[in-house]
Amino acid sequence: MSSISGIEPVPSKPLGTAAQLSVALPVLAVLLASAIFAAFVALSGQNPATVFGLIVQGGFGSSFAWQDTLSRAAPLVLVGLAVAIPAQAGLVIIGGEGALVLGGLAGAVVTLPFAGVHALPMQLLMLLAGALIGGLWFGLAGVLRQYRGVNETISSLLLSYIGIAVFHHLTEGMLRDPASLDKPSTHPIDPSYMLPTLPGVGVHAGLAVSLLLAIAAHVVLRYTRWGFALRVVGGSARVARMIGLAVNRWILGASVVAGGMAGIAGAIEVAAVQGTANSSLIVGYGYSGILVAFLARHQPLAIVAVALLIGGMQASASLLQRRLGLPDATMLVFQGLIFVCVLVADAIAQQLRETTRR
Amino acid sequence: MSVPQVELKNMTKRFGANLALNNVSLLIRSGTVHALLGENGAGKSTLVKCLVGFYHPDEGHIQVDGREHRLNSPRDADALGIGMVYQHFTLVPSMTVAQNLVVSGARLPAYINWQSELRRLAQVTRKLPFHVPLDVRVSQLSAGEKQKAEIVKQLYLGRKLLILDEPTSVLTPAEADEVLGHVRSLTRAGELSAILISHKFHEVRRFADDVTVLRRGASVRTGPVADLTDDALAEAMIGEPVSKMVQHAPKSPPKSDIILSVRDLCVNGDNGLPAVKDLSLEVRAAEVVGIAGVSGNGQLEFVEAMMGQRDRSGTMTVSGSPFNGTRREIARLGVYGLPQEPLKNACIDRMSLAENLALRNFDRVPLCRGIAMNYGALAEQAERLVAQFRVKAPGLNASMSALSGGNVQRAVLARELTQDVRLLVASNPTFGLDFVACEETYRRIVEARNRGTAVLLISEDLDELLGLVDRVLVMSAGRIVYEVSADGADKRVIGKYMAGMKAA
Repeated sequence: MSSISGIEPVPSKPLGTAAQLSVALPVLAVLLASAIFAAFVALSGQNPATVFGLIVQGGFGSSFAWQDTLSRAAPLVLVGLAVAIPAQAGLVIIGGEGALVLGGLAGAVVTLPFAGVHALPMQLLMLLAGALIGGLWFGLAGVLRQYRGVNETISSLLLSYIGIAVFHHLTEGMLRDPASLDKPSTHPIDPSYMLPTLPGVGVHAGLAVSLLLAIAAHVVLRYTRWGFALRVVGGSARVARMIGLAVNRWILGASVVAGGMAGIAGAIEVAAVQGTANSSLIVGYGYSGILVAFLARHQPLAIVAVALLIGGMQASASLLQRRLGLPDATMLVFQGLIFVCVLVADAIAQQLRETTRR
Repeated sequence: MSVPQVELKNMTKRFGANLALNNVSLLIRSGTVHALLGENGAGKSTLVKCLVGFYHPDEGHIQVDGREHRLNSPRDADALGIGMVYQHFTLVPSMTVAQNLVVSGARLPAYINWQSELRRLAQVTRKLPFHVPLDVRVSQLSAGEKQKAEIVKQLYLGRKLLILDEPTSVLTPAEADEVLGHVRSLTRAGELSAILISHKFHEVRRFADDVTVLRRGASVRTGPVADLTDDALAEAMIGEPVSKMVQHAPKSPPKSDIILSVRDLCVNGDNGLPAVKDLSLEVRAAEVVGIAGVSGNGQLEFVEAMMGQRDRSGTMTVSGSPFNGTRREIARLGVYGLPQEPLKNACIDRMSLAENLALRNFDRVPLCRGIAMNYGALAEQAERLVAQFRVKAPGLNASMSALSGGNVQRAVLARELTQDVRLLVASNPTFGLDFVACEETYRRIVEARNRGTAVLLISEDLDELLGLVDRVLVMSAGRIVYEVSADGADKRVIGKYMAGMKAA
């Protein structure tokens, strides 16, 4: 037993080896997934080096590529947070897609009654509406877990399908703009309400919103008593109750905030890109967000970096298709491979930790 | 098959840098009970896990009747007739004893001929000095009967060397005596040899022939029980002469003011059935009230309900104010706890030692202003508490699971007892702790009482309880069935109430 004098006062950090492990394993997982992906494209008759070169070029090789990547990263950051925040409280919520599309729908319709008003309040209103509906949707999963004992992973996934069905039902029914013939959509929002483009970057302001929220999540989780309490609740509900924390409220709160993040992501997609709610919103951001959060180990700042990486990969898909004739889904294969490898790496890390503890 | 003589020679086992067994030799003479004594972490369970084939020793070997054997799996141990009875039961509650016994066979035929199996069973049990009902569901048996059924299972499986791992920890004193008495008579009759792992000296003295004391992975004392005094055993266990047990502060007559008052408390267990029924009690300032009882009679649910971890009906007041376990009430009324298995029930294992020490006051000045945490102040507090309670840890930022059991307990003591404690609820606070940590826990509890704290101590260890309390309540089937002041307490009477019998 060594003496404890001279220890620096820093917030909890795992031991050096554990910290190294938590960085090394996702990196190893990505490398392994890349190797398998290389074999996959080789089997499809392409040179893996060319493919990886095009991925870098298509994601990060030009200012146009960067704009595409950044505008994809914006929702990915938010849906990543939607997984990472409940993860602090010990929840695995993977229904971001449902909260995202419903949040987008809310954002698309909430300003329709108001025409010719000042843009800023309308833009805030859209984000707020998205946050509320998304929060409500995740809140359902939280309620089901705390008061009915339903596993939140399963309920959030199923609620996601319900959310998508409700979205279709409304955009193709009650809320449909009769003028949208080939692609059922809601009435387009007033063009003046669209989120502006960030000067000098060429990307919509939703990117700034998501970055600000990621930084806010980082600060709250790490430097406030809320983050501390949430980690206690996530570590052990029994102990949290013993020290007087209202566990149900914390779990619900985390779920609602997380759903809010996903809902804002949807609202941003509508208010900055689509201008209306239609099936273009359902492109799997919610599911990619799960990958982002897991790769980033549920750390908000790491989520930003990983979202850029995944955003870049997705942005390069069209280049792969144009140059090599590889189908769009190729990038989905790569993403799926990464996810599987990360999960395996997590399982191995868990075992390592248990054997060293014994 | 006669009863074998089993010998472990020069066993060494390392886990990473940790030497769990250091050149330990052990001889179990045929037809004897060999007791294994030692603090937690002394290597007892590692040693027997080598013997049942769960672990493979790095050095050393196992001889049965003079022949060397290598045990690669529990199956090899089974072939040699070595079997283990665990502290907790391994029978399927929803099946009858007979069904449990038959399905426990290593190789079950695809078609079970129940008639012939039951005949064979009856033959095995007929020879036994005790009776276990075969056609009763295990869930309906008492703890003592279950433990006897576990032993019958071992005999039925043809085991000749039984390893009993603290087999009496869930039994009443009378049940413990009976079960161990049967093991003793079976060994005397030449049916069995046995290894008895125990913490309790009186059990070792009464039921074992030989004893080996382990400390830090090494065998420090071995020989016939009759040759060793209790003091010698204790000294061997902790490695230094035994200081006097905690001296009871003179029992002052309790002050009149009631701190804890519980009225008509009802709590449901995890299965939705009532676990605590109309329970009422009071604890006064500067008084230790003990709740004795066999584990599983509602104590756990009672404590959880009091601490706000479980729904309840009925009223609970502390110093006259209703208490529901919110943070504000805890701080205002001074209700703190020492749960059993502190790593699991009082700590967050993935948070650091410093953060765990702050669980009670992380949201108050100076650790927190507004919503902003002050991690500098948090570390200062941790440093102070670690020094004051002599917590040994790799560092303030070490995760809680890196600490030994005793040091986890010291950390929890430091956190809970440095608050303004007016009611302390201690639930099996020394369960699984080593000698030194136990003594320290006792001392701190008595100190708290002497400062005027009302203490409610729930313990399954009657000796521990009677050594500390001013008043004993016995809990059985969710109710308080008996109350006696510590001076007038008779262990046998308490034991009968614990067992749910109407006492004479």
